Amino acid sequence: MVWKISDETAFDTLGEEVRLTINGVPIRAPQNQSLLVTAKANGFEIPTLCYHRDLPSEGQCRLCVVEIGEHPHTQIVNSCTYPTTPGLMVQTHSEKVMQARRIVLELLLARTPKAKLIQELAAAHGVYESRFKTDDPEELCILCGLCVRTCREVVGVSAISMKGRTPDKQVATPFMEKSPACIGCGSCAFVCPTDVIPYTEKNGVRTIWGRDFELQACTVCGNYIEPKYQLEHWAKITGDPVETFFVCKDCR
Amino acid sequence: MPKFESIDHLREYRRQLIAKRDPNQPQVLVCAGPGCLPMGSDEVAAAFREEFEKNGLGAKVLLKECGCHGLCAGAVRVLIRPQEITYQHVTPEDVPEIVEKTLKEGQVVERLVYEDLHTHEKAAHKGEIPFFQGQMPIVLRKLDIIDPTNLDDYLAMGGYRGLRKALMEMKPDDIVDAIDKSGLRGRGGGGFPTGRKWRICQDAMDEPKFIICNGDEGDPGAFMDRAVMEGDPHAVLEGMIIGAFAIGASKGYIYVRHEYPLAVSRLQLAIEQARESGFLGKNILRSGFDFDIKISRGAGAFVCGEETALIHSMEGNIGEPSPRPPYPAQSGLFGKPTVINNVETWANVPEIINLGADWYAGIGTENSKGTKVFSLVGAVNQTGLVEVPMGTTLRQIVYDLGGGIKGDRDFKAVQTGGPSGGCIPAQFLDLPVDYDSLQSVGSIMGSGGMIVMDTTSCMVDVARYFINFLYEESCGKCTPCREGLKNLLFILDEIIHGRGTEEHLALMDELCGTMATASICGLGKSAVNPIFSTMKYFKDEYLAHIRDKKCHALVCRPLLKYTIDPETCTGCLACVRECPVGAISGKKKMAQELDQELCVKCGLCYEACQFEAVKIE
Repeated sequence: MVWKISDETAFDTLGEEVRLTINGVPIRAPQNQSLLVTAKANGFEIPTLCYHRDLPSEGQCRLCVVEIGEHPHTQIVNSCTYPTTPGLMVQTHSEKVMQARRIVLELLLARTPKAKLIQELAAAHGVYESRFKTDDPEELCILCGLCVRTCREVVGVSAISMKGRTPDKQVATPFMEKSPACIGCGSCAFVCPTDVIPYTEKNGVRTIWGRDFELQACTVCGNYIEPKYQLEHWAKITGDPVETFFVCKDCR
Repeated sequence: MPKFESIDHLREYRRQLIAKRDPNQPQVLVCAGPGCLPMGSDEVAAAFREEFEKNGLGAKVLLKECGCHGLCAGAVRVLIRPQEITYQHVTPEDVPEIVEKTLKEGQVVERLVYEDLHTHEKAAHKGEIPFFQGQMPIVLRKLDIIDPTNLDDYLAMGGYRGLRKALMEMKPDDIVDAIDKSGLRGRGGGGFPTGRKWRICQDAMDEPKFIICNGDEGDPGAFMDRAVMEGDPHAVLEGMIIGAFAIGASKGYIYVRHEYPLAVSRLQLAIEQARESGFLGKNILRSGFDFDIKISRGAGAFVCGEETALIHSMEGNIGEPSPRPPYPAQSGLFGKPTVINNVETWANVPEIINLGADWYAGIGTENSKGTKVFSLVGAVNQTGLVEVPMGTTLRQIVYDLGGGIKGDRDFKAVQTGGPSGGCIPAQFLDLPVDYDSLQSVGSIMGSGGMIVMDTTSCMVDVARYFINFLYEESCGKCTPCREGLKNLLFILDEIIHGRGTEEHLALMDELCGTMATASICGLGKSAVNPIFSTMKYFKDEYLAHIRDKKCHALVCRPLLKYTIDPETCTGCLACVRECPVGAISGKKKMAQELDQELCVKCGLCYEACQFEAVKIE
């Protein structure tokens, strides 16, 4: 049994339907579904930063925290990984929860003062200025790890990962060198919520993570499709000849 | 060493082993524990060996290099049996005299024995030394007697008797029941009931199951686990084998820090010996139970002592914790049910099984049973490793065992539980040490670090030291811990540099509140303890730094002012020679002057002055 946390399930197998309450409202949901999905399905909004429906949650951002249990024995947990259990009492907007979210956003606002998404989310929580210290006013990465997870779980090449510890932690290729594993697909840049992963496309060449990828032109219309490397990766996965992918999706 | 084919075989071997050994044979036991080894214990042992050869005593006297003897302040320590005479501060030069006087003539070398600091009474025998009197060694019982590389020594002390009983007389359920009934709680810091953890794993439906021993001891000043792994490795193995049999695991791992090379080699040797003797491998003691143990070395991250991070590290992934549930007992190593316990917890298991749950449950307090090993360090006279029953008061540990504060200064605080523990002030000296009491005053049991501080410690500086440690060790995964610790460190630096405000205190309080609830793992959650406890019990010190810009303990250099008293200064120029920035000037044999503008407050002049003419404000 592999405990995999994805959009639908907190754990690999959903159990029988259980009853729980969210903000006092009785809810029915399958056991082991994540609290975040359960809340959303029932119309309770919970803000998130590092959550993506197609990726396993790892609970980095701590924005989706909720309060569980009965006063005074309550506990703050992150809703993206916490499973539904019978009789669970969940508060999505209690004072404790809101305080934690405000502090998390204030910390992130100090880390990435120019990140639009953080500014907006913070403002929505009444945080317009941070009392904390900004090291690099140009910093945009919130270390949510969506890029790393996408590269590992969706693309399946693990070309990038987290490097180091402390706030100096960063997303990087191994040894900060050009990664032979990278296929240049750009999924990391696509999924990034703060648009911090740079890449360029010029004269049929895509540059990302310090590597140049030659783009394949569509054999019909001549428009660039994707890096050749990526198409070869597709061919390897599907077992089809690589030429299958030399026609863009508009011309197929 | 034979391969034990059956329980009877083991019993017979042990009987013969004990019969063969002469209890009156003179033994010289040199401590080679974490405290004595760097002080040259191997040279002392070599000197003994040489001396025995010279005197033809080689065959008569047994020489052993053992694990930690406990009282590390007296390194290198030597224990002479059967008289139980202990010598301290032994150097190779002392060896001929010990051999001549003690081994040949049976006399005590007075100058090498323990002397009470206050009464100046000498105590030659282990039982007379106050440091050992209040202790109750269970985990440390065999450390100063056995040679950790010799399985026979372990067997002669009753080793693997717990395993024999577990395999022969008990069912897996009975073992878990016994551990549950004994009240044993995790000694790594969390204090989760061990029996309950085993039960969850035993009940898990998935296969295979794993056993892990957490030997990633990383707290500054703590060396309990290291001493046990180096001094009594078979006790850890025996505990793990019993645990594996109870929960139905077929494989075990010991996760040891790379920085503990001796622990790694001792454990490796013990594993090989256990395999040869049939305590590990297929069909252990013909019981039909298979189990083997491997060593996994940690790469030096403090956070890998956290169980989920440790598991990720063992799997070859980045050592970062993950949110629980699922708990390792449900889904741990490679997604399989895993019991992970600390070294000291495992070392307790054989004794509990051997002597019974009731015996163990009879020791300690209502909710904290048994004993706990602490590494008592800091401003006490007698630093070292102590094992006391739960419920012993801090006063007993600091004053009776530790011999009070060095230099007769006043006690200020004791910090328990490693970097993320709290600082407990003098008003709680009579607090019984157990999981709940420590928590009630804002600290934790942790894995057993105990740092005693006197009036020369500045509590703001102490908090900054621990926050800096945790900041550097935070894995950086979750926002509150990663960004929170950075900001705590920044604020504390501001206060230490005299730029702190009272708003800073309020902000720290608010930030700590969120870190304690919203961090993923124990590192971030408990990182607030040093702040909360010092702000609660030593608020006046924070205010002195903020309002008066003064550090009364004279620790925070940016707040100090060095001056030269013209009355006392002899003009010897010792300070002038030391000053790295040329801030001191004046004529020879005349009073010197210190330029405050140039002074970098390094304190070298203060240390150089022999006439106490350099004053600190």
